[in-house]
Amino acid sequence: MDWIIPAVNLKLILPEIVVCLFAILILVTDPFLSKERKIWSAHLSWIAVVIAFIANIRLWNLQEATFTNMFLVDNYATFFKFIFLAGSFLIILISMSYLKREEILHGEYFSLILFSTLGMMLLASGFDLVVIFLGLEIMSVSLYVLAGFKRSDLASNEASLKYFLMGAFATGFLLYGIVMIYGSVGSTNLGQIINHITSNDAGSNLLIWAGAGLLLVGFGFKIASVPFHMWVPDVYQGAPTPITAFISAGPKAAGFAALLRVFLFSFTTIKMDWTMIVWIMAALTMSVGNIVALAQSDIKRMLAYSSIAHAGYVLVALVAGGETGVSSALFYLLAYTFMNIGAFTVVIALGRKGQDNTKLEDYSGLGSRSPILAILMTIFLFSLAGFPPTAGFMAKFYVFGSAVKSGFTGLVIIGVLNSLISVYYYLRIVVLMFMQAPVTRTDNERIKVAFCAILVLIISTWAVLQMGIFPQSLLSLAQASVSSIF
Amino acid sequence: MIGLNHFLTLSTILFCIGIFGVLTRRNAIGILMSIELMFNAVNINFVAFSRFVTPTALVGQIFAIFIITIAAAEATVGLAIVLLIYRNFKGINVDNINIMKW
Repeated sequence: MDWIIPAVNLKLILPEIVVCLFAILILVTDPFLSKERKIWSAHLSWIAVVIAFIANIRLWNLQEATFTNMFLVDNYATFFKFIFLAGSFLIILISMSYLKREEILHGEYFSLILFSTLGMMLLASGFDLVVIFLGLEIMSVSLYVLAGFKRSDLASNEASLKYFLMGAFATGFLLYGIVMIYGSVGSTNLGQIINHITSNDAGSNLLIWAGAGLLLVGFGFKIASVPFHMWVPDVYQGAPTPITAFISAGPKAAGFAALLRVFLFSFTTIKMDWTMIVWIMAALTMSVGNIVALAQSDIKRMLAYSSIAHAGYVLVALVAGGETGVSSALFYLLAYTFMNIGAFTVVIALGRKGQDNTKLEDYSGLGSRSPILAILMTIFLFSLAGFPPTAGFMAKFYVFGSAVKSGFTGLVIIGVLNSLISVYYYLRIVVLMFMQAPVTRTDNERIKVAFCAILVLIISTWAVLQMGIFPQSLLSLAQASVSSIF
Repeated sequence: MIGLNHFLTLSTILFCIGIFGVLTRRNAIGILMSIELMFNAVNINFVAFSRFVTPTALVGQIFAIFIITIAAAEATVGLAIVLLIYRNFKGINVDNINIMKW
C-alpha cells in the first residue's frame, strides 16, 4: 500500500489554529490567576476571536482545499466563520458581567466557548463527513458543559442533561446516516459522493436514501427543526442566558452550514426527491414554533420557540435552493445572529443575582424604568417579527423571494401567515413595556448595564438597522459566498 | 462463510436495541449505555463496509477510531453531568428531572 503524506497548507486553517491555541492557553493559565484576575481569561478569549477574525478576512476570495480534500476554504465557509466569530465575540462580551453577577466566573467557560467556536468553524469548512462529524461533536460536547455551567442551579443541570441525552441520541442517527452513505459510495468525501450519485443513478440506491434521511435527522436536531425540537425550550430556559443566546446563534448557523453544503452540494442531483420532505419540515417548524410561542409566559422559553420558528424560515431557503436560496439563507442567519443576541442582551440586563427576571410581567413598565433599553428591545423584537426597516424584514423578504422564484408559493404563504402570528407574541412584550405600569416590586432600583453589554447593544442595533436599511453591501457579500458550492 | 450481510444484520439489531433502550430506560446511566450501543453498531458497520466495499482504503476503520474517541469524550462529559444531577436531585431517574414544563 502506498502512503502519501498529505499536502498541508497551514495558512488555510490559521483561524482555527488561533482559536484552538488560545482555548488551550486559557485552560493552562486560568488555574494560576487569582480570583480578582479571572477576568483576564475573558479578555484573552475575545482577543483570540478578533485575531481569528482578521486571519479569516485574509482568506476571503480563496478557494482551496487542504488535508487531502477534507478541509475546504471557500467564500461559503469564510462567510459562515464571520458569523460564528462575530457571534462568539458578542457572547464573550455579554458573559463577563453576567458571570461576575452570578459568581461563576471561571476560565473554563471562555475556553469552552472557543472550543465550541472551533467546532463550528470545522463544520463550515468540512468537505468530508469525517470533518463534519468531528466539528459537530467538538461544538456539541462543549455546549453540553456550558448549558450546565450554573452548577448549583437545578434548571441549569436539567438543561444540561436533556441537551446531552438528546444530542448524543441524534448523533447516533447522524452516524448511522454517514455509514450508510459510506457503504454506498465507498468514501466520505463530499466531492466523491456527488460524483457517485450523478454517475450511478442513485435514485434507485436505497443506502443513499436511508443515509440522506438519517443525516437530515441528525442535522435537524442541531438546527432545532420540528419534529426534532423537543430539547429546545427546556435547554434554552434552563441554560445560563448568555449560553442560550450562544446556542441560538452560532450552533444553529453551523448546523445550517453543514446541512446546506451536504444537501445542496452532494445531494443536489436528487434534490427533487428530498425537497418534499424538507418542505413539510419547514412548514411544520414555522407553524409549531410560532403557535406554541403564543402560549409562553417566560421570555427565554418564548424566544426558544421563536428560534424554532426562525429555523423554519431558513429551511424555506433550503427548499428554494439555488444561488438565491443559499445567499438568502446566509443573510438570514447573519441577521438572526445580531437581532437574537441583541434581544438576549436586554434579557440579561434585566436580571439580578440569583433572579433572572425572565417572566413576561417583569417587562411591564420597562419603558418608564429604562426607556433606552425598552427602545432597543423594541427594535430587536420588530426585527425578529420582520418589520421594516430592520434586518429581519430584509432577511425574510429575500428568503421568501427566493422561494417564490423557485416556485414554492404555497410554502411562502404558510411562511407569511406564520410571520403574522409571530407579530402577536413579539408585540405583546412591546405593549407590556410601554403601555403597562411597572409591577410593584421591592427591588425597583435603577437598571445598571455593564459597559461591555452596552457595546454589544450598540453593535447589534447598528447591524440590525444597517442590514435593514442598506442591505446591499452584506447581501452582495452573501451572494459572492455561494457561487463556490454550485 | 460470514459475509457483509451478517455484519449489517448484527449492526442493525444492535442499533435497534440501542434505540429501544434510550426510549424505555428511566435511568440516566442506562440511557447513556444505550447510546453507546448505537455508536458501536455504527462502528461495526464502518469496519464491515471498510473490509468489503473498500478493502484497500482504510477510511472506514479510521472513522471507527474517531467514533470511539468521540464516544469516550461524550461519556466523560455525560457521566460528569449525571454526577452533578445525582448530587442536586438526589437521584438519576429521568422521570424526576422535570422542573421545567410548558
